[in-house]
Amino acid sequence: MKEPDPSRYVLRLFVTGQSVLSNRAIVNIRKICEENLAGRYELEVVDVSKHPEIAVAEQIVAAPTLIKQLPEPLRRFIGDMSQTERILVGLDVKKAGT
Amino acid sequence: MKAKKVSSPKAVAPKVVTLPKAATGIQGLDEITQGGLPAGRPTLVCGGAGCGKTMLALEFLVRGATQFDEPGVFIMFEENAAELTANVRSLGFDLDKLSKQKKIVLDHVHIDRSEFEETGEYDLQGLFIRLGHAIDSIGAKRVVLDTLEALFSGLPNHAILRAELRRLFRWLKDRGVTALITGEKGESSLTRHGLEEYVADCVIVLDHRVQGQISTRRLRVLKYRGTAHGMNEYPFLIGERGFSVLPITSLQLDHFASRERVSTGIPKLDEMLGGKGFFRGSSILVSGTAGTGKSSISARFVEAACQRGERALLFAYEESAEQIVRNMRSIGIDLEPWVKKGLLEIHASRPTLHGLEQHLVLMHDMVQRFHPDVVAVDPITNLTLDRDDSEVRATLMRLIDFLKQENITAIFTSLTTGGASTTAPEDSQVGVSSLMDAWLLLRNVEYNGERNRTIYTLKARGIPHSNQVREFVLTDKGIDLVEVYVDEDRVLTGSARISQQERARAALDLAKQSQQRKERQIASKRKAIQTQIAILQAEAEDEETELKFTIAQELLRQQTAQKSAQTQAALRGGVITKSSKPAAKS
Repeated sequence: MKEPDPSRYVLRLFVTGQSVLSNRAIVNIRKICEENLAGRYELEVVDVSKHPEIAVAEQIVAAPTLIKQLPEPLRRFIGDMSQTERILVGLDVKKAGT
Repeated sequence: MKAKKVSSPKAVAPKVVTLPKAATGIQGLDEITQGGLPAGRPTLVCGGAGCGKTMLALEFLVRGATQFDEPGVFIMFEENAAELTANVRSLGFDLDKLSKQKKIVLDHVHIDRSEFEETGEYDLQGLFIRLGHAIDSIGAKRVVLDTLEALFSGLPNHAILRAELRRLFRWLKDRGVTALITGEKGESSLTRHGLEEYVADCVIVLDHRVQGQISTRRLRVLKYRGTAHGMNEYPFLIGERGFSVLPITSLQLDHFASRERVSTGIPKLDEMLGGKGFFRGSSILVSGTAGTGKSSISARFVEAACQRGERALLFAYEESAEQIVRNMRSIGIDLEPWVKKGLLEIHASRPTLHGLEQHLVLMHDMVQRFHPDVVAVDPITNLTLDRDDSEVRATLMRLIDFLKQENITAIFTSLTTGGASTTAPEDSQVGVSSLMDAWLLLRNVEYNGERNRTIYTLKARGIPHSNQVREFVLTDKGIDLVEVYVDEDRVLTGSARISQQERARAALDLAKQSQQRKERQIASKRKAIQTQIAILQAEAEDEETELKFTIAQELLRQQTAQKSAQTQAALRGGVITKSSKPAAKS
């Protein structure tokens, strides 16, 4: 394992097939990452309809779900990732209220 | 997906086409629902915390997987798989094994509001995918969602959630799985979040009430679309072998009536009952105050059954099994060999251990397992402590009906309160007497400084029975009935009876003796008379002899005189006789 870099983000987005919500979430999160975390993030998109066992393992109920694995602590976001402000605050990219 | 109709063996379904049903395999529930839950449709089970929702759901699944070849999926929202597995292991459900055999899939859906953030629109497709995956992995026919309402506390957007739940129920129907959804009881509605509005097919309400410090669980089928079902509240129990609902047997009054008679084990009591005892399958009430011998009669009844090679169950609520065996031995009833042979089971428990319903469910359970010919409950009154009568009556009726349906002869003892002579015995019988086919009344009669037991057949339906009160005696050789003595309008028992018997015997002896004396007197008188007759006869004979002698003498003298006269005449006539007698001159 590499030394964890506190500024480095590992994100996983779980979507369910080619739904409107899935597509919207993928587009939205990519945009957020590119605009705020360019060069220091990994984003994996997992289609749990193709890998249901992952949905069980990762406790996916609502979809889409974004899991921030690094940096710690682990955080979850559900929705189509349209509320950019909330995501940025949640990812600790932005302080709340600023 | 094909819904399998499995009707319970005992279900008395009317001859109309009803919905296909999925048998739960849960004792009693299939009878109430006349075959099980609606197959291929969702059923809602609701009730307060700790009322047994999860148990019901789980047993539905396990029995489906093991008995009806319908694999199942258990989606849990509150416990995790390890906790659930541990919890139900004590009931004999091995979820690990069933999971390995691919008969059951357990999935714990964990949702914690503090762990996530809402960032726009979402759906619950993740849950659908997991559910679909679980169903497909084992070909499940049954699904349990326990407790779906956890989603409401987990997900803040209830508008989305409600839309998704509606979709979920439709989806479950489309998949054709028989689903069971549990829901927490709400304050003014069936479930806290109104799940009942999504599930229209079948709603089962569980309830857990504490009354007089005794808790009772009850089940009610609130709604069952398109099928007849029992509407009442039925007590249920989560026992050693899982869920058990006291079933509905009182809907019908069509049990088979046997003509066979069963001895009471007391020959003289049989005699009072037309010489043959009770009908098989009848219910017998033995009532009396403390110490009148109720337990002894029921123990003897049980022993007699075992001696005939029948199976017997004795429910004791006053003494432990050991104590009963010991005490009954003192009156010549030995139960131990039958216990050892497995013909007799004694179940002793404290009446306060459960509510009446729970006891009845337990009895029901044991009866179904043991298949006895004879059941004794000693005493039934202990179960009904602190209870209002109408409820007791209804519950007892279910038990009695059940026993009748199984053609089991049942004897119930009942402790009457108060002095036997001050209260009418009819008043103190929790209204159960009308349910009974026969009623033996035991009473203590106090007279002359002692109490004695009497027995009387108050009623015996369909059996000619004696109207006599008998004394009932317990000896070390067993139970015996003795004819009582009636003396000056009083029934005599015990030593009074014995002394009366003695007096009667003495009087009889005396009469016998005086008669004999008279006979002897007559005999001797006759002898005296005969002697006198003999004497008189002898006298008569003497006189006769005398008379004959006198007559002969006279005859002789006359002859002699004649002769001498002839001689004299001859002499006078010239013939001189040699002797001349001067005497002859005259």
